[in-house]
Amino acid sequence: MRPWLIQPEFEIERDLDRCIRCQVCVRQCANDAHEYDSEDDVVSAHSIRCVGCHRCATLCPTDAIRIKQAELDFRSHACWTPSVIRNIYKQAESGGILLSGMGNDRPYRNYWDRMVLNAAQVTNPSIDPLREPMELTTFLGRKPDKVEVAPTRGGLALKTVLAPQLELALPIMFSAMSYGSISLNASLALARAAYEEGTFANSGEGGLHKSIYPYADAMIVQVASGRFGVNVDYLNRSAAVEIKIGQGAKPGIGGHLPGEKVDAAVSETRMIPENSDALSPAPHHDIYSIEDLKQLIYAIKEAIRYAKPVCVKIAAVHNVAAIASGCVRAGADIVAIDGFRGGTGAAPTMIRDNVGIPIELALAAVDERLREEGIRNRASIVVAGGMRCSADVVKAIALGADAVYIGSAALIAMGCHMCQKCYTGKCNWGIATQDPYLTKRLNPEVAERRLRNLLRSWGLEIKEMLGGMGVNAIESLRGNREHLRGVGLSDSELRALGIKQAGVGA
Amino acid sequence: MKRVYAKEAYCLGCRLCEIHCIVTHSKSKKIIKAYRTERDHLVPGMHVEDSGSVSFALQCRHCDDAPCIEACIAGAMQRDSRTGAVVCDEDRCVGCWSCIMVCPAGAVRRGRRGKVVSKCDLCAGEETPACVLHCPNEALHYEER
Amino acid sequence: MRRLRDEKDMSGCAISGIVSEAGVRFSGEAIMESIAVMHERSSGLGGGFAGYGLYPENADDYALHLMFDEPSAPKKVRAYLDRNWVIVREEPIPTAHADNISTPPVLRRCFVQPKPRMRDRLPAETDDDLMVKTALHINRFIDGAFVFSSGKNMGIFKGVGYPEDIGVFFRLDEYEAHLWLAHGRFPTNTTGWWGGAHPFGLLDWAVVHNGEISSYGINRRYLENFGYYCSLHTDTEVVTYLFDLLIRKQALPLEAACRVLAPPFWSEIATMDARARMMARTLRIVYGGALLNGPFSILVGSTDGMVALNDRTKLRPMVAARADDRLYIASEEAAIRAVCPDPETLWHAEGGVPIVGEVKEGAHASLAHTA
Repeated sequence: MRPWLIQPEFEIERDLDRCIRCQVCVRQCANDAHEYDSEDDVVSAHSIRCVGCHRCATLCPTDAIRIKQAELDFRSHACWTPSVIRNIYKQAESGGILLSGMGNDRPYRNYWDRMVLNAAQVTNPSIDPLREPMELTTFLGRKPDKVEVAPTRGGLALKTVLAPQLELALPIMFSAMSYGSISLNASLALARAAYEEGTFANSGEGGLHKSIYPYADAMIVQVASGRFGVNVDYLNRSAAVEIKIGQGAKPGIGGHLPGEKVDAAVSETRMIPENSDALSPAPHHDIYSIEDLKQLIYAIKEAIRYAKPVCVKIAAVHNVAAIASGCVRAGADIVAIDGFRGGTGAAPTMIRDNVGIPIELALAAVDERLREEGIRNRASIVVAGGMRCSADVVKAIALGADAVYIGSAALIAMGCHMCQKCYTGKCNWGIATQDPYLTKRLNPEVAERRLRNLLRSWGLEIKEMLGGMGVNAIESLRGNREHLRGVGLSDSELRALGIKQAGVGA
Repeated sequence: MKRVYAKEAYCLGCRLCEIHCIVTHSKSKKIIKAYRTERDHLVPGMHVEDSGSVSFALQCRHCDDAPCIEACIAGAMQRDSRTGAVVCDEDRCVGCWSCIMVCPAGAVRRGRRGKVVSKCDLCAGEETPACVLHCPNEALHYEER
Repeated sequence: MRRLRDEKDMSGCAISGIVSEAGVRFSGEAIMESIAVMHERSSGLGGGFAGYGLYPENADDYALHLMFDEPSAPKKVRAYLDRNWVIVREEPIPTAHADNISTPPVLRRCFVQPKPRMRDRLPAETDDDLMVKTALHINRFIDGAFVFSSGKNMGIFKGVGYPEDIGVFFRLDEYEAHLWLAHGRFPTNTTGWWGGAHPFGLLDWAVVHNGEISSYGINRRYLENFGYYCSLHTDTEVVTYLFDLLIRKQALPLEAACRVLAPPFWSEIATMDARARMMARTLRIVYGGALLNGPFSILVGSTDGMVALNDRTKLRPMVAARADDRLYIASEEAAIRAVCPDPETLWHAEGGVPIVGEVKEGAHASLAHTA
């Protein structure tokens, strides 16, 4: 039966004076939202199929297409909003869980937008990054409490041996996006861009495809609850290993990869049957308590002969500070925290939009707690979940992060238009799909160039902001909350973030 | 000599290359006007070959020893001495289609008026041919090999 | 007296130091003359001095210089000291009338020794650790009381006024020391608080500082990990505590400690030989929170002598000179030539490179730096 209650979310508007009937839109739309009638020589649209990805509008050579929100206005209601009503229609027709791609789109307060940065004036000169060194080099890993040196005849000798570190040219890495949820071309572009720019990309829980092996030195490989693609070679062939306990988009549940996206290559890389749904278990079935995590961390460290850092990725939830502290004491060299705006290829909408806490608050709490306990140096903190621009990165570092992971921003740089339909496998931009007709659309050379441009431009902006603050080394910004002030925040929020109110005092 | 080379792995099959080939060779050079008033006279000088998810744009290879020049009975197929491209002089062409039959790449096609007009001319010496310039996925490269 | 405790204050703007490396003591006149030359760098809102070798008769006692601006404070401090310390001698700090010095707080000094059985002492704590705890406690928790200095055979004298007037007020020409530091202040937050002037001291560390530390926010949090609480938001506080942490507690040699505070750039490190590169890299990786960013000239005094350090991009002035057994350091050449017209050598400090004036053995009461 046709699902009568389902309404179009978008309207495709075509300017007939401009349409030349070239049919590029017809060919390019994976959802078959455009159709050409050769008898009447006219292109028409099925708006109900439109997901708002803008592929047609972008490629239309005469700029004849506009995509608008569907104008089927409900009587305005602050509680029963159109999206809430439509969700119920969908569930009434399908009887299933609502699914979404990408991250939380609800209007929760964005704390980055309510924090402002300092600049140096008069009493302290700002520094010009064009003419002076401006150092962004960042090291992730365990640091000892102090350095021991011994005087020898030839000068001072170093006694301390550092635990393994990841050296980053700038404090931004590519977040975990599994091969399977994204295409091989996308994974390759991320790996190559990270490799060339001196930073790292996370493989996500999809394993590591052969074509990425040459860039393995720039890869952080993930061990998630499904253990897809995990064997000892996988662990050794990387710069670091990350145990994924949770992710911000869906705290408490495991990864979802619908069977449509599991083709032969994905199947081989993940070590699962073709076309089977890859549903990662909710917990790791060998980690039911913190001491089990310690066991896994050290099992991995043994397997890689202690040669690389081991990271633990957790979702930001209510007691994230205590959990992070536990992870550090269990032996994690890096703790990655994913806030509730983190993206995903597929998540139940209710969980994506309602579970977890903002990364800003989680970061402030974890950084403060680790310092209180005197263990902040034992692990680096990496944060993720809605980092949109270089200013967000600077604010995150000032709050206490060592580095950030970007996911959605990287995908957008490659062409994503945030239509949130990643789980259908019909990504028109060739990113979140395995359909060979669609994956061709992402030229990995072009994608790599765009990612490198993104990193470089953010790096330049960070240097400008640092210089403006009178700081020429990222170490002096990290955890330096004096450079942040709050605007439009309540007292308890200011306290939670550990920052002062703008305009008051010095 | 620079030629256009296609990277089949990145061809979307969108055929924007064909559209821009038409526009560049039109009288008006404006896409809407060309399609509205000149469409009947114009055929793209190159075309997209596709089958399933495999596709790529095919242009004349401007062979060093072009069989079409040999085969042309009217002397219409010539080598442009400036660009090195093989071009068809429409005024001389008699529509015998010998070149179509003899082309090893299948890159020559019938024109609209029964004359052979559909053949890549490397955009008559422009710095970058229109198809290369307008490919949205950089699947076409104009280079010397 | 009003204290603007919640506001971070800038540190400026004139510093001077004279040390006799042979350990020969001399009166405070010279340092007062030197700092007076740089009158224009101050605004009259703060000046101070530190002297080493002042109390040879009580060389083994901790000499606490205390300031009180609440009537109940002296009693509270006395009661607190009695828990762990024997008060060997206690008296007001002698002062004289000086121009423009008005409404001083109560200023006293006492010489103390640790009690044989201390109530508040943890098993691993040394006398020095306990004195650090004591001084920080008084500053944080006893309202109206503040510790100027807490070292042996040394003392800090400071207050609100031009440094040369402060010198007259404290009768520094009557003291003899082998090392003198001086500071004149141009704060951007007005304050009538004597405790806000420099030098800032802890144990026998005394720091005078010109500049602003843009990494202050993280230096302060880093220090809190190790038990140092900044109770007064001045940059100089973190410098003092960092020296105590790196050198006394973590036993890093002076040269390494200076490299932690003002490390070489990564581009420089890349050109070093393997051994030096590993050392520089390791120090920078481990001690990121101790890196001092922003413009600074600092002079640090201790029983071992004096060390001067500029930030690595050399944004503040620092001039050094040597004559006979003396090392002179000041913000301006004129301040040196006023007391030493014809030095043997005179040069400008290099960014990130420390200048050390080391007092030779036997010239002072020894104070071992134990962790």
